[in-house]
Amino acid sequence: MKQKEFLNTVMPFKDKVFRLAKRLLVSRDEAEDATQELYLKLWTNKSKLSDYKNVEAFAMTMTKNYCLDQLKSKRANNLTLVHSNYKDNNTPLHREIEIKDSVSRVHEFIEKLPEKQKLIIQLRDVENYDYDEIGKILDLQPTAVRVALSRARKTIREQLIKQHNYGIS
Amino acid sequence: MELANINELLVKYENAETTLQEEQMLKKYFQQDTVPAHLIEYKELFNYFDDSSKEHFTKPIPIKPRSANWKWLSIAASVVLLISLYTIKSSDSIMSASERQEAQLAYQETQKAFQLISQNLNKGNTVAMNGLQEFEKAQNKIFTKNK
Repeated sequence: MKQKEFLNTVMPFKDKVFRLAKRLLVSRDEAEDATQELYLKLWTNKSKLSDYKNVEAFAMTMTKNYCLDQLKSKRANNLTLVHSNYKDNNTPLHREIEIKDSVSRVHEFIEKLPEKQKLIIQLRDVENYDYDEIGKILDLQPTAVRVALSRARKTIREQLIKQHNYGIS
Repeated sequence: MELANINELLVKYENAETTLQEEQMLKKYFQQDTVPAHLIEYKELFNYFDDSSKEHFTKPIPIKPRSANWKWLSIAASVVLLISLYTIKSSDSIMSASERQEAQLAYQETQKAFQLISQNLNKGNTVAMNGLQEFEKAQNKIFTKNK
């Protein structure tokens, strides 16, 4: 596979890889490192890429596994993720403040979800994959994906409503 | 879209029964500025999803396009080395017939020339010896007189 051909196949989903990594690793820096690492892996294995029917799903699976490994080794080293280094350089400041209150709450709720539900919410509600694709990426049955997704959506909504009723916002 | 429809879709959404198109419709609906009070938390939710999907990866993608070429370069270099060694070695041992004849001729000519020089040198030698004997005669005469 030539460099140009490689880039044409893998570049379209680089943002999705990055966002998935960020969802799992929380910090932007770590997500960037993970994305670069992942593309290096894809490049070194580029001869095998043509064997896969769905390169994107394969890359997303690789991303998921890589990030979970990173988290595992981090926990083993007794290093907790620091949330303070989470910074979003992309949205302009005024927009950031405007959406921060409401949006970051949703962000927190998603963060508290179990890893599987977190992954499914990211893949479905942010990246809009269909159930079959999510099943392929996470190696799950589509029905299992639905069940976990429904559970995650209900949890998030319940927490949002709870906060509204208490008047905390 | 009608509110009843939205309510229905939201129930389906929570049971994970909505299609992707229906979810897009929900996202679009909650992008409008005013939504009914009891749906306000959904606005937060769907706006968050929309914002998160707009984040981009801005760093360069690191790939090394030349890494594979070094291997081939080293193989090519070793092949060139082997070929050149072989040709140098074989050109040493194999000499064409005409070249050999020429070399033989040159050798004979050189020997002839050396022969000529040595003959002349020998001639000179005998002349010099005669000269020396002449000196000795004179020397002997002087020394016998002194005694």
